[in-house]
Amino acid sequence: MIKLLKQSRFFILVIFCLQINSAFAQTDIDGVMMEKNALCIGPMAGYSSWKNYWEGTLKRENLNLGKVSTTMYSIMGNYGISNKLNLLFGLPYVKTKASAGQLKGLKGVQDLSLWIKWKAYSKKIGQARLSLFAIGGYSLPASNYTADFLPMSIGLESKNLSLRAMADYQRGSWFATVSGTYVRRSNIEIDRSAYYTTEVHYSNEVKMPDAASYNVRLGYRNKGAYAEAVLDGWKTLGGFDITRNNMPFPSNKMNATRIGFNFKYPMPFLPQLSVTGNIMTTVAGRNVGQSTGFNAGIFYVIDLSKKTKTDSDKSKK
Amino acid sequence: MKKSYIVIASFALILANSCSKDITETNLEFAALQPASTDINAGTWRPIMLTGPTEFPVAAPAATNTPDYIAQVNEIKSFQVNMTAAEKSAVKYWSAGAVLRWNEIMRELVALHNLPPYQNADGTYPAPSATNPLAYPLFPFANPPYAARAYAYVAAAQYDALVAAWHYKKLYNRAAPYTVDGTVTSLIPKSDLPSYPSEDATIVGVTTELLKLLFPGDQEFIQLKAEEHKRARIISGANVRSDLEAGEALGKSVAQKFVARARGDRAGTAGGNATIWAQLETDCIARGETPWISQELPKRPGMLVNFGKVKSFLFDSLTMVTTIRPSAPPSTSSQKFKDEVAEVYNYSKNLTREQMRIAHFWADGVGTYTPPGHWNAIAAVDFVQQNFSEVRWARNMALLNMAMMDAAIACWDAKYFYFNPRPSQIDPRIKTVTGLPNFPSYISGHSTFSAAASTILGHIIKTKATEYDNMAKEASLSRLYGAIHYRSDCDKGLETGKKVGDYAIARARTDGAE
Repeated sequence: MIKLLKQSRFFILVIFCLQINSAFAQTDIDGVMMEKNALCIGPMAGYSSWKNYWEGTLKRENLNLGKVSTTMYSIMGNYGISNKLNLLFGLPYVKTKASAGQLKGLKGVQDLSLWIKWKAYSKKIGQARLSLFAIGGYSLPASNYTADFLPMSIGLESKNLSLRAMADYQRGSWFATVSGTYVRRSNIEIDRSAYYTTEVHYSNEVKMPDAASYNVRLGYRNKGAYAEAVLDGWKTLGGFDITRNNMPFPSNKMNATRIGFNFKYPMPFLPQLSVTGNIMTTVAGRNVGQSTGFNAGIFYVIDLSKKTKTDSDKSKK
Repeated sequence: MKKSYIVIASFALILANSCSKDITETNLEFAALQPASTDINAGTWRPIMLTGPTEFPVAAPAATNTPDYIAQVNEIKSFQVNMTAAEKSAVKYWSAGAVLRWNEIMRELVALHNLPPYQNADGTYPAPSATNPLAYPLFPFANPPYAARAYAYVAAAQYDALVAAWHYKKLYNRAAPYTVDGTVTSLIPKSDLPSYPSEDATIVGVTTELLKLLFPGDQEFIQLKAEEHKRARIISGANVRSDLEAGEALGKSVAQKFVARARGDRAGTAGGNATIWAQLETDCIARGETPWISQELPKRPGMLVNFGKVKSFLFDSLTMVTTIRPSAPPSTSSQKFKDEVAEVYNYSKNLTREQMRIAHFWADGVGTYTPPGHWNAIAAVDFVQQNFSEVRWARNMALLNMAMMDAAIACWDAKYFYFNPRPSQIDPRIKTVTGLPNFPSYISGHSTFSAAASTILGHIIKTKATEYDNMAKEASLSRLYGAIHYRSDCDKGLETGKKVGDYAIARARTDGAE
């Protein structure tokens, strides 16, 4: 059981800012797996906000928005198809609000995300272990929300297909995880018959630039608990800058570099139950809000294997 | 693990091969213009500013058997031998029509320039300067009234210039090069319309001259378009160089009448000044009403407070005050007003997804070509289906855009005459799903523009009159859904716009084109 717990690390969903992307569940980007037939599932809540944002490369505030905040509630899960193949999902409900001005905050169910995570390689090298992973993800809007009302939109509406390569290196309780992701984003349809990017387009379809990201995590894992520092970069491969005093648009160039800290702690009295939390802040960006946010979640591991458990099974670990 | 390989491999394949992201843009699908009629007698149509079609003379062209003309035909042939892909694409683009494409270019410029200036450090706002258009804030701030006026001047001037061009076409009757010389390939549909002076170059001349006044900081973009347009006409075999030169010169001359009118139409002082801004508020309070207050931070002076005093095209300023200006809105202390505020609050609170779609479809806010631009885009798609000649295109666009400019004048007159507050000012709980415009509420600009446009368009294409009317009503309601206008603003906006549109119909009936 403890082994199962150790592998049930769940986290966050970050909506950055001038709404970059949709859900990021941490387990699709970390170096641990759920065991076969185990399901780890639980709710999360998060809050993030920004007052300053980058209009192109110019950092500014907007008195007519004040502080733009995003509140998120989600359910996330990770199921072990096998010890080396996990299926993950996340479904958030998102609510936005501006503290000043007249723009109405929006709310609704955002994007359903699914990932398949495959531990392709794992080898002991001296005292350490190196594991390599491949992760494929897909996300699509789970409601008919509008993307074309930034910064109040709850998401960007594109269907995203992602492919990630990841390496995890652990020595004793210390580890490092590095990954790189390519995100293919579908075009989106907006409620207008024409729109302006760097020229007028006579279509309701918006060409969305693809995106790439990297993620570096360094930390300490022990007996199902962990603490880690995170460096994360997101970059759209194309897109255009917000012009002076203009409104943002879904196909803007949106780049962000963020740093953060994550932890998980299993309850000593009930090891299947654990709490997670994280904080994350944006240190550099382009056409995104300089957001800072935190998330918290509670997760529970359920063993779905059909074999009846005995006391001796339970005490094995 | 075979399964996993398959899963990963299929992700990789989809990533690599998923279909192209290129989008289909409707304006690039327009077919080459092939007018149902050449409107050969359009030289007799009634111009707007010209005293008559011969006010600016066009010299007789060289005969088609002269060495000069033959040399010009050879220029076409040389171009056609070595056409680049870019040239072919330019020929196709411009073949859809000169009035159409320059109207699109206008929309492009308006969208680029429709951005409110950012405040100064002291909380005041800088004003764009026509004499220094490239310094921030860029000139112009192409907000809806500015845009309406710009579209109207260009369209009206194009019409007058083409009436004159048609007069000389009929008079001199010089056939197109592809007709004169059978070995010239025509890359666009052939026409019996005489090619001297070139209607396309007339449009280039008249439009580029007016755009120097209206968009003085965008000359490089404009001149590149003009050069490409003229070259495309030669390459296509439709014009020789002297057709273009005569047309462009005629267009530039006609433009001067409109430039002179624009310089004296009072738009230059429409922004007002601090004394006027304060007076509007004082007057409103003196009438016992709650005055409009800017909801922006820092407070921004109302947009173009004196635009209601700009010289209109379709009626005189006395008519506007006596006949067109709407009656007063419900008093801000009346029960009706309170009920209307409550209705707006209800939409703000309980908006359906479909109502939000409508609010966004018609929003045409910051960074767009504005509501008048939207109606130009609607008209353009429908005019393409009608196979109008260039001169009829120009005439219809002129009627549409003069109606919308005058609608802007009538609407802005009412806005600052009544100085009525926005719903969010009265009830700060009212949040909007579109930007809150920075000017008084009564009457709705979208409603006024849309009714003026739908009225004249329904006259031009009678089979679509009901459709246009429904579109105008939807555009009007979109402002109530957006929670930025009361129902009275919308209803009276439609009523006022319709009155303005009727003046355009009256002109249409008597201009000789019907």
